[in-house]
Amino acid sequence: MSNLTILPIIIPMLAGIIVAFTNSRVKITRALTKLLTIISLVVAMIVTYSVFTDGTIILETGDWVAPYGIILVADKLSILLILTTNIIATAAVFYAPHSLTLKQETHYFYTFYFMLIAGVSGAFLTGDLFNLFVFFEVLLMASYALIVLGGDRVQLRESIKYVLINLFSSMLFVTAVALLYGAVGTINMAQIAERVAEVEQDGILTTIAVLLFFVFGTKAALFPLYYWLPRPYIVPNPVVSALFGALLTKVGIYSILRVFSLIFVHRMEITHEAFIWIAGLSMLFGVIGALSTNNIKLIISYNIIPAIGFIIMGIGIFNQDALSGSIYYLIHDMIIKSALFLLVGVIAYVAGTSDLTKMKGLIHHYPVIGWLLFISAFILAGIPPFSGFIGKLLLLKGAVTADEIVITIIALLSSLLILYSVMKIFIRGFWGEKDDTKNYTKKASLGLILPIAGLLAVSVFLGVGAEFVYPSIEGIAEYLLDPQIYIDSVLKE
Amino acid sequence: MEYIILILAGILFATAIYNLLQKQLLRIIIGTVLLSHGAHLVILTMGKLKRGQPPILDDAVTDYTDPLPQALILTSIVISFGITSLLLVLAYRTAQENKTDNIEEMRGEPNE
Repeated sequence: MSNLTILPIIIPMLAGIIVAFTNSRVKITRALTKLLTIISLVVAMIVTYSVFTDGTIILETGDWVAPYGIILVADKLSILLILTTNIIATAAVFYAPHSLTLKQETHYFYTFYFMLIAGVSGAFLTGDLFNLFVFFEVLLMASYALIVLGGDRVQLRESIKYVLINLFSSMLFVTAVALLYGAVGTINMAQIAERVAEVEQDGILTTIAVLLFFVFGTKAALFPLYYWLPRPYIVPNPVVSALFGALLTKVGIYSILRVFSLIFVHRMEITHEAFIWIAGLSMLFGVIGALSTNNIKLIISYNIIPAIGFIIMGIGIFNQDALSGSIYYLIHDMIIKSALFLLVGVIAYVAGTSDLTKMKGLIHHYPVIGWLLFISAFILAGIPPFSGFIGKLLLLKGAVTADEIVITIIALLSSLLILYSVMKIFIRGFWGEKDDTKNYTKKASLGLILPIAGLLAVSVFLGVGAEFVYPSIEGIAEYLLDPQIYIDSVLKE
Repeated sequence: MEYIILILAGILFATAIYNLLQKQLLRIIIGTVLLSHGAHLVILTMGKLKRGQPPILDDAVTDYTDPLPQALILTSIVISFGITSLLLVLAYRTAQENKTDNIEEMRGEPNE
C-alpha cells in the first residue's frame, strides 16, 4: 500500500531508461513514450484517489523508521501537484513529435523528458530536506540537457547563464541544509519542524530560513531574483519551454510553500511579511517586463513572474482563504502556462517569426489558433468563470480579510495588465487586414492543436467545476495551517 | 578545529564569489568549483570533526561519530562533479559557437 508513493518517481525513471534503448528507432520510441506517459498519468490518478480517500501515504524506504531513513510523503498537496504534472506531461508528449526536429528526438529528448518528470515528482514527494536538494539536482540535470538540445548558438549562450545561476543557488541550498543540520541535528522535515517549534525559531533559525528562501526564490524567479528567467526559457523548443514554465519555477514555489507552512512559521512578522512585499514587486516588475517586449515568446515568459507573485502573496498572508487561493492559483497556473507556451510555439511556427510587429491578420488564416489564444488570455487574466478568477478571488478575499489593501490594489492592477499583455498578441497579431504580401503555407496540424485544446479544457473545468474542486483545495489549506498534522503523520506519535 | 575549517570554508566562498564575478568563462567555472568545495566543508564541519569513534546510535554509547554528514557530502560531491564536467563541455561549445569566452559579449539581440 505505502509503496504506491514511489510509483510517480520510479515509473518515469524506468521509462526514461527504456526509451534510451529504443532511441534509434524513432517511431517505436514515440509510441512507447506515449504509452508510458499514459501509464504514469493513470498511476498518478490512482495514487491521488487513494490519498484523498485514505489520507496521507508515507513510504519509509528500506524500512528505516521515520526520522532516520529517507521518507516519501504523499499528502494531498504533493499528490495533487503530481497529478497536474502528469497531465501537463501527457499534453507535452503528444505535442512533442510535431514540434521537435528528428535530430532533437534522436538526441535523447524523451529520456531527459522522463528524467525531468521523475525529478519534479520526487521534489514534490520527498519528506527530507537534503533529498529535496537531490531531486532538485535530478530535475535540473535533465533541464540542462533539454535547454541545450539542438545546440544553437543562442541556446548555448543562454544555457550557460541558466546553468550558472542554478548551480550557484544549489550550492547555497546545500550550505543552508548543512547549517540547518548543525542547528537542529536532523534533516527530516517533520522533525525539523518539531525542533524548530520547541525553540520557537530563534535568531539563527530565522537566518537559515531567509537563506533557504533566497535559494527557493532564485529557483522560483521571485523579485529581485528573476532576472535570469525570461531569456533562457524562450530559446529551446516550445515543448521544453512549456515544461520549464509549468514545472520548474513551480517546484521552487512548492518548496517555499512547504518549508514556510511547516517549519518556519513562528516568526511571521519577519518572513511572511516580507513575502507580501516581494509578491507585490514581483507582480509589478514581471508585468512591466511582459509589456515591454514585442517578442511573443518573451511576453509569455515574463508572465511567469507575476503568477509566482500571486502564489507567494497567498503564502505571505497565510490565512485559510489566501492559502486556498495560492494552491488553486498554483495548479491553474501550471496548466495555463504550459498551454500558452505551446500555443505561442505554434503561432511562432506558422507565422515564421516571434516578432509581433511583423505579423497581422493571422485570424484569417488560422481562426482556431486565434480563438484558443483568446480563451487562454481570458483564463490567464482571471476573467470569470475561468480558473484564474477563482484563485484570484480567494487570494483577494484573504488579503482583504488580513487588511492588506496595498497588495490587493497591486494584484488587481497587475491582473489587468496581464490581460493586456497577452491580449496584445491577439490584437496586434490576429486582428487587422489580411496580409497578402506573405503566404502562410505552414499548417498547424491537429497534433499541435489537440494537446493545447486538452490543457485548456482541463483549465476551463478547474474554473467552471470549481464547486467540485474547491472543497479539496480548502481541505489542503486547512491541513497546511496546522503543521502538527504533517508532523504526527510522519513521526507517528 | 571546527573554527579553522569554517574559516577555510569562508575563504573558499570569498574566492569563489570573486571568481564568479569575472568575465572569462573558465574563471567563472573555477569559481563554481571553489563554491562547491566551500559548501562541502560546511557540511563536514556540521557533524563535528571527531575521529576514531564508531557511528552507533544507542543510548549506552555516548561518544560516537555522526555518519550522516559523510553520506550527504558524498552525494553532494558526486552531483557537483557531474555538473562541473557538464559545465566545462558546455562552456567549450559556447565559446566555439559564439566565438568569445567573455560573458559580457553574450548578451544577445532582440527578436533573434
